[in-house]
Amino acid sequence: MKSKTLYRKLVDSNTVAVLDAQNVLLFCDLHLMNEYTSPQAFTGLNVLDRKVAMPGQSVATVSHIIPTSPDAHRVIQDPSSALQARNLKHNCERHEIPLFDTNDELQGIEHIIAPEHGMIRPGMVVMCGDSHTTTYGALGALGFGIGTSEVEHVLATQTLVYRLAQDMRIHVDGKLPVGTTSKDLILMIISKIGAQGARGFVVEFCGNTIDDMSIESRFTLCNMAVEAGARGALIAPDDKAIEYVFARATDMTLDHREKALEYWETLRSDMDAEFEMKYKFDAREVAPYVTWGTSPDQAIPVTGCVPVADEWQRESTEKALNYTWLKENMTLEGLPVQHVFIGSCTNGRIEDLREVASVVRGRRVNSRVRAMVVPGSGAVRAQAESEGIARILKEAGFEWRKPGCSMCLAMNDDVLEPGIRCASTTNRNFEGRQGRGAITHLMSPAMAAAAAITGHITDVRKLGVSND
Amino acid sequence: MTDSSLISGIAAPLGIANLDTDQIMPKQFLRGIDKSGLDQGVLWDLRHDKRGQILADFVLNMPEYADTKILLAGPNFGCGSSREHAVWGLQQFGIQAVIASSFGEIFYSNAMNNGLLALILPQKDVDKMMHQSSDNSIPLKIEINIRTLEIHSSNITLSFNMSDRHQRMFLEGLDMIGASLKFKEDITAFSHRHWAQQPWVRDVAARTKLNLILPSL
Repeated sequence: MKSKTLYRKLVDSNTVAVLDAQNVLLFCDLHLMNEYTSPQAFTGLNVLDRKVAMPGQSVATVSHIIPTSPDAHRVIQDPSSALQARNLKHNCERHEIPLFDTNDELQGIEHIIAPEHGMIRPGMVVMCGDSHTTTYGALGALGFGIGTSEVEHVLATQTLVYRLAQDMRIHVDGKLPVGTTSKDLILMIISKIGAQGARGFVVEFCGNTIDDMSIESRFTLCNMAVEAGARGALIAPDDKAIEYVFARATDMTLDHREKALEYWETLRSDMDAEFEMKYKFDAREVAPYVTWGTSPDQAIPVTGCVPVADEWQRESTEKALNYTWLKENMTLEGLPVQHVFIGSCTNGRIEDLREVASVVRGRRVNSRVRAMVVPGSGAVRAQAESEGIARILKEAGFEWRKPGCSMCLAMNDDVLEPGIRCASTTNRNFEGRQGRGAITHLMSPAMAAAAAITGHITDVRKLGVSND
Repeated sequence: MTDSSLISGIAAPLGIANLDTDQIMPKQFLRGIDKSGLDQGVLWDLRHDKRGQILADFVLNMPEYADTKILLAGPNFGCGSSREHAVWGLQQFGIQAVIASSFGEIFYSNAMNNGLLALILPQKDVDKMMHQSSDNSIPLKIEINIRTLEIHSSNITLSFNMSDRHQRMFLEGLDMIGASLKFKEDITAFSHRHWAQQPWVRDVAARTKLNLILPSL
């Protein structure tokens, strides 16, 4: 039998029909929806009186527009956004799709809640009208973002006409240095391969650095692979991944578990499987990374200087620096920030908040900084409260808010004013992403916490905190 | 020759690399439950100043570019967010094709699914057309023939590639969902085989949601 990559195995196991050399009809095991990329898909179905093919394979959440102010009962003030939430509820009721509604205590960002409740299982194919669906590769599930027309297609058929991707392997060995995380690693990788370095590929991450990583760190890694243009990211499921899933998938019987173990063991690339592109990185070279521009690949170690652009990049570099009010050769360390945002599907999990707490404990947020923490889900928020993390953050002067996507894309009322510089644990530093004229510096949760304390971009290692 | 095989008109140069969908359709325009009014939002921050006034020197605001049908774009056009609103907005704005050396993957699918032609050319050819555009005082006109897969601008004629499937979708207006629904029996049969092998996947969303309690992480 021909050797296969993990990616090919996952595609093959969900292929209903081969349509042509490039396209297959791919079965979707789990379809996640949010309030803003699904309405027109439901309308398309309703107009033609089409039914949702398999409603039990779909779940929806209100995540992008939801206010995060810590009120007991959340009310969406903006009338259009409120209508989106009502509309989602109506559509879910009509088609019998489970929903995490605005005031559900477990509501949260789709990419946080699906795995935390055990819905993501190795071998699955997961689709969602959101680009960060690549997150699920951390559990050996093939996840990818789709557009609204495709959301409609999945609703109507439980399949997608899927264009095959190529295989890329990124091998990372070595121990991540103290003070660095998978966020720093992925920012380093994106800065080296570029914002379209993995375009057209599904990336499989492997190597002992990945083996040593927690599942939540792996989520961060796979989540941001899309910022290198990847169509998917994968990590072969190991004991850690299986343990994570078994602890949460409470509906899986003993019988299912035994059978699943047998299958999940086969979910790895064969020894001599071929990859069209391969990279190798040394984790020991990772430092705390910070972006300086308006694309996630414009990132440097916090100890470095804004690079001088090559001729072919001059125009885009100048445009970016013009937007971020920086110059070539400038150092980022010491640059004052007025805002700190901790959260998002990239870094809004409990381990991220633990990391923040370990930096913040016994310290105060700088008086010139507004710092907010938006947990990724109700469960993360509750856990942080029970561990005392919320208290540490509040005592330090952080705003402790309700879950949602919030200032990652600023689609709710959490929007920055022009000229505000923000240290952010999110995934995109695009122009205007957090508010028109606002400047985003992507970094790890520990680095964002350090910036909150000192009031400027700071090498967290100098605050004397270890990640061990 | 049918209308659906020809796209012909003014091409506006917009050579920004990695022009993401946040910039093509900013967040404040994503609050609808239908597709209407998205032409207003297209490239808002590039077309308007901070007070919302039109920026006269931005290419798409120039009177001679009022009838732009084609964008000559930079590499990785439409990267980032999956929001299909970016495609709907460009179409409502009158854009029928975007030419670039590469596209964000989700944007590419979204464009093709809606009949907005995402046309891939080598960067050197995109650059040539950009030069043609900037060398002339009048806007460049480009003609794209989807049947013959040829693109013509001034004195350049090039051929381009697109998959048979996409070409058919443009020429015949394929109803993707309708076409896939013809596989309904295959899909049902597949699901039963699939769930026999992986019973823990069946109704995974519904079953999990029913069981939910606040988990300990």
